[in-house]
Amino acid sequence: MTKVFIYPTNSLILSDLIERFGHTPLAVMGEIHDKITTIGIDSPPLNITPEDPKHGLKYAAVEVPAGVRGRMSLIGPLIDEAEAAIIVDDAAISFGCMGCARTNELTKFLTRDKGIPVLELVYPYSDAEGKEFVYKISEFLDSLPKEDRS
Amino acid sequence: MSEEDQVKVALVSCGSEFAGVQSQLDSAAEQVNAKLVYPEMDISSLDTIEMEFGLQVASADLKLMMARAKAVVEGTARVDGVFVTSCFRCAEAAIVRNEVRRYIHQNSDIPVISYSFTERTTAATLLTRMEALTTIARRKHLLAREKQTGLTVGLDSGSTTTKAAIMRDNELIGEGWVPTVNVVESARKAYDIALEQAGIKEEDVQAIGTTGYGRFLLGEHFNAQLVQEEITVNSKGAVYLAGTQKGPATVIDIGGMDNKAISVEDGIPGMFTMGGICAGASGRFLEMTAKRLGVEITELGKLAVKGMQAKVEMNSYCIVFGIQSLVNSLAQGSAAQDVAAAACHSVVEQIFEQQLQEVEVKEPLILVGGSSLIEGIPKALGDLLKIDVVVPPHSQLIGAVGAALLASGYVED
Repeated sequence: MTKVFIYPTNSLILSDLIERFGHTPLAVMGEIHDKITTIGIDSPPLNITPEDPKHGLKYAAVEVPAGVRGRMSLIGPLIDEAEAAIIVDDAAISFGCMGCARTNELTKFLTRDKGIPVLELVYPYSDAEGKEFVYKISEFLDSLPKEDRS
Repeated sequence: MSEEDQVKVALVSCGSEFAGVQSQLDSAAEQVNAKLVYPEMDISSLDTIEMEFGLQVASADLKLMMARAKAVVEGTARVDGVFVTSCFRCAEAAIVRNEVRRYIHQNSDIPVISYSFTERTTAATLLTRMEALTTIARRKHLLAREKQTGLTVGLDSGSTTTKAAIMRDNELIGEGWVPTVNVVESARKAYDIALEQAGIKEEDVQAIGTTGYGRFLLGEHFNAQLVQEEITVNSKGAVYLAGTQKGPATVIDIGGMDNKAISVEDGIPGMFTMGGICAGASGRFLEMTAKRLGVEITELGKLAVKGMQAKVEMNSYCIVFGIQSLVNSLAQGSAAQDVAAAACHSVVEQIFEQQLQEVEVKEPLILVGGSSLIEGIPKALGDLLKIDVVVPPHSQLIGAVGAALLASGYVED
């Protein structure tokens, strides 16, 4: 079983595909779930406090906007944990979206820079492209180790 | 809308909830009896908004900002005010934030305030913005006032000085200006001086307005009808004194210990920045320079106008290291007028670098506050920005005059 980071980081379709192939998706939904169910923090809607952008300093300097660093405090640890990654570029908003272009640039850079197996794809806009898209993902996921690495 | 009603404020942001500032925004809104809401819009509008708005951006959340602004303008989302906000230091967001603000301002009569944040948002400046926004929503009738009527008083409790202005039928008839020591006692003193000059009795005053840092305390003590933050009051006061109540204007207020830069449209504040982080950009820096040069603060400006700042090298804007640079220059034989000019240039340069970066500079540029009386300051500012700087009469009384003007709205009520 391989921990696979996804981009867009909140794509339900990518997350589901990874699970179906027996791997562990690293998606931001889980991080947000942990945030909003943390007892004692009351900063709705996401419970991100002024402390979180400081955690983001591990990934971006203080001159980088607080919104980028706040997002990186969620995404950065997922990249740290990743053993493989799938990046889908130019995706429709409904496929998954993190909202901030600067965060997206940094996320993709850190993923590529990590030296793990990365599959990069362009979002499909036709049936034929869609089939090819799923085929390439399945091929990539099949190539990843299935045994538990921990 | 009555003054007691809760103000519904549309939050148009590119993800303030990710920056750790959301609870501070909610808290500031709550303190002024406002509620932040996310304007509802159709998700499909995100596909077309860029071409409709005319601005193509890379961030999806910025498309969301534009779509939400459109929903507000078209009335799909019913709100009383709009708070447009994005991360500080994000160039793409700054462009969208400014254009969204302009779009809402030009296409609706809904008040809009723009703000850029870091995770270390200071509660006081945020609260001032929310207070200004809700004031514009609740007190439109007051802000539309272009003339002072009746007999009213404005009290401005500043960080360094306390000012009082007494106005009757659109004329300033009494003024008082004293150093702030104890907030209430200093205001009492300034008020008494103004009363004596005006030759009127306190019981004849029909309405009082208070502003500045001590506004709440003074409002309670003097039973004021209007207690108002200084952004709204100073904007109104500046365009009133400068005789430019219609159209755009930029107000720069350099006070004793802090300063403000406000972008104004029809007398109503839009984007603004508040200083207060560094004393090097305040009147205090000029006071220390005057003391070191052995001249009265009132003489510093005249001296500066005769000097050339370029002859003095300043390595820092800091009130400690900057003054040290000036002292070194004097020791090396620099003329006093050149040092005075360098001090004025240092103050306006820091305001330019730290505050005017976030505020559109539209003419007329109205300079107010105590430091505007130091002639070297408007000269240095004009030289730096390459535009004429307007210093209206009684510019040091800006807050007090603005408060007296706005308080006159309660005379007729």
